[in-house]
Amino acid sequence: MLFTSYKFIGFVILLVALYYVLPKKAKWPLLLLGSYVFYYFAGWKFLFYIAAVTVITYVAGLLISRNKVRADARFAELKALEKSGSASPEEVGKEARKRYKEAQKKKRRLIMTIGIVLALGILAVVKYTNFTIHNINGILSVFGSTKRLGFLEIALPMGISFYTFQAVSYVIDVYRDRHEAQKNFFKYALFVSFFPQLVQGPISRYGDLSKELFTPHKFSGRVLERGLQRVIWGYFKKVVIADRILTAVNALIAAPATYKGVYVFLVMMFYALELYADFTGGIDITIGIAEMLGIPVKENFERPFFSKNIAEYWRRWHITMGTWFTDYIFYPISVSGPMLKLSKWSRKHLGEKVGKRLPVYLASFIVWFTTGIWHGASWNFIVWGLGNFVVIMISQELEPLYRKFHKKVNTDGSTAYKTFQVGRTVLLMSALRLFDCYRDVPLTFKMFGTMFTTWNWKTLGSGTLMHLGLVRSDYVILGLGTILLIVVSMIGRSGSVRDKMEKKMPLVARWGIFTLLVLIILVFGAYGQGYDAAQFIYNQF
Amino acid sequence: MSETEVKQKKDKKIARVALVLALLVASGLLIYAVDLLLRPKYMGTVTEGALTAEYYEAEGRHQVLFVGDCEVYENFSTVQLWREYGINSFIRGGAQQLVWQSYYLLEDALRYETPDVVVFNVLSLMYNEPQNEAYNRMALDGMRWSASKWNAIKASMCEGESMIDYIFPLLRYHSRWNELTSEDFKYWFTKDTVSFNGYYLRTEIMPAGAMPPAKPLADPNFGGYAMAYLDLMTELCQEKGIKLVLIKSPSLYPHWYEEWDAQMVEYAKAHGLLYINMLDIAESEIGIDYNVDTYDGGLHMNVTGAEKCASYLGRILVEKYGVVSARGDEKLEAYWAEVEKRYDEAKNG
Repeated sequence: MLFTSYKFIGFVILLVALYYVLPKKAKWPLLLLGSYVFYYFAGWKFLFYIAAVTVITYVAGLLISRNKVRADARFAELKALEKSGSASPEEVGKEARKRYKEAQKKKRRLIMTIGIVLALGILAVVKYTNFTIHNINGILSVFGSTKRLGFLEIALPMGISFYTFQAVSYVIDVYRDRHEAQKNFFKYALFVSFFPQLVQGPISRYGDLSKELFTPHKFSGRVLERGLQRVIWGYFKKVVIADRILTAVNALIAAPATYKGVYVFLVMMFYALELYADFTGGIDITIGIAEMLGIPVKENFERPFFSKNIAEYWRRWHITMGTWFTDYIFYPISVSGPMLKLSKWSRKHLGEKVGKRLPVYLASFIVWFTTGIWHGASWNFIVWGLGNFVVIMISQELEPLYRKFHKKVNTDGSTAYKTFQVGRTVLLMSALRLFDCYRDVPLTFKMFGTMFTTWNWKTLGSGTLMHLGLVRSDYVILGLGTILLIVVSMIGRSGSVRDKMEKKMPLVARWGIFTLLVLIILVFGAYGQGYDAAQFIYNQF
Repeated sequence: MSETEVKQKKDKKIARVALVLALLVASGLLIYAVDLLLRPKYMGTVTEGALTAEYYEAEGRHQVLFVGDCEVYENFSTVQLWREYGINSFIRGGAQQLVWQSYYLLEDALRYETPDVVVFNVLSLMYNEPQNEAYNRMALDGMRWSASKWNAIKASMCEGESMIDYIFPLLRYHSRWNELTSEDFKYWFTKDTVSFNGYYLRTEIMPAGAMPPAKPLADPNFGGYAMAYLDLMTELCQEKGIKLVLIKSPSLYPHWYEEWDAQMVEYAKAHGLLYINMLDIAESEIGIDYNVDTYDGGLHMNVTGAEKCASYLGRILVEKYGVVSARGDEKLEAYWAEVEKRYDEAKNG
């Protein structure tokens, strides 16, 4: 059930209506039922995967929580025994209590590890088995072997990367005592499967989402209006912009021998726009639907294309994924025993300057490698992830040079310099995204290179753009749509656009604007017969 | 909170609900207006898509209803039937109108009236499955909403079509925004009448030439799906006391196979129906001259051919089925006078 399908729109209308009609007690069970119905439409077999991940992480969370409760009780008991003097200090003293606490923590860590390994194991099997086989076959071929391993016939369950990460974060947070484990299995199942965010995030944390998810919300016209506004805006981005430019992107990347040089630059720009409109549009729809149900979901974007450098870009793009990797991979690795040892060793042997950075860079490398492979089981994504790592590391290494430059040339507050920084970031990110587009890594590098070796800018004026599946009017819509995206983003810099509209505009004016937007989507949207219904790009991850 | 405050709060709430409802209606009307603008108007060169809707505007009870494909709406002049026999008839036909579409269009018509005779052209039995979205839309878009329309759409949809596109045509026609012409604006809210009680008049002459050779039939029998709808049509007519006449119009192409003809003869015999293969008697009894009575080389009749076909069939309707003249009804006379006027203007250029 694609977000852009009529079926989905009908499903949401029915679910929202039922949610507000049903009695309080039935509201969250309705959401659970709805989420599973939604997932069922992706393929009934996929239900087993989500159910398995749910059961594993639920049990892990519960065991950790129970152990904690028991351990705390026993700890207090030991303390009381020591105070009363009814047991020997060896058995109940400070040292004994510390040993007990450590042992219990180890137990909990073991449960957590088993839970994570099992949950991620499912993800690894379905997502990376064939990739691994492909690489093994490649190695066999290099060594002259004619033997080949057969590929598994296994479909990637929709949204598995998202819900697995969400479930894993729950187990870790229970272990870290950020919140208690959810005792009600069905409530926990709703947290994992909550349908709007199931397919492309945001990756919510239990502590952020659970309260509102299980609270029975009363109907509010304002809440419904705001949610609907967000949904409409999301559909505009997806259907009018992303699905329209998709045709041109596909045409350009399908014929790399023809579309070299300036056309690679077009791929960069067009795909950046497509991906932005597609992913942020999808997230707008997600957040909007949740809002219509009275459930606030974490923002996933903060005008990323206004970032002045890549590090900032990654703080503003796919925020929940970025913070997930930071909280659950980068920090744990950075403070892990082996890393601390490495830090000590490198400072001693490589000097303070290098020694200080080595562990950080190593942790970053792991994070970016994981980020890459999380996006997809292919070398393209791995190289893309590592490409981000390299650019961020280089820009950090060049920091002293920048400082020197800025000491000589004062750029403080200069609009021109800010524009340059923003433009540079957009170009860099778009160039890296070429790995999403071309079929393999060597071809991506080759195509990138043609931008500097094939000077065919003049051919742009010879009507080639009209051979990409788009006509002049499509380009006009894309141009105007992009301007609208930029204008709305700029208005949003000083606060929520919807808040501003609510404060400054009467209902009639707001209604008029959104009716116009609906009409624009209905008329200019690239949907229905004659257009390919496109999945959201991030659905594949 | 005082009573006045409670009342004020309540009044405010009511006003807000009323405003929201008014805005909803206004938005709906605006979207509907855009929908109407983007729908194909079928007022220019391709007018077949306008035929279905014209049925609802026609005057009086129709004594004879034709259903079928282009072999009825181009080959029988309803004006000739009126002029010669005083028969008030209507053709519910469309381009490549499939048998199930004919059945549901008949079912739809029977919601409004009960004719004496239904004439069905059997060529469409050659199709046993949905064929083409464009023809589906031309046949079905003009139908008023009813269970018949719903079922007709369900029976007709090709791969990729969806019911919601028929319920909200804007979802299907939205991409016409860059094809809009002055015709779309001219006929935004009004339409001209393009047919003469469903008859599509053509005046050109193109003599019949050599037809492509008949391809061998993979299966000489009509498909089960198509025949099931013919059965339904027969049952429906029986149930309503309507006489059903099966015809094969005198168009020379697509080829009408002997095996098909034999099946129709047998079917008519089994169900006590009249089946007329007009191809066999086109020249000898009907008087068709394929040099002058067809506008496209023998595929369809022009107006002189259509008048001859109507004249021949009218005699059978009167003599065999006792269809009587409807003349004398002032309203009907006035209606037909206007149709005849338009007809003569179109016929005489």
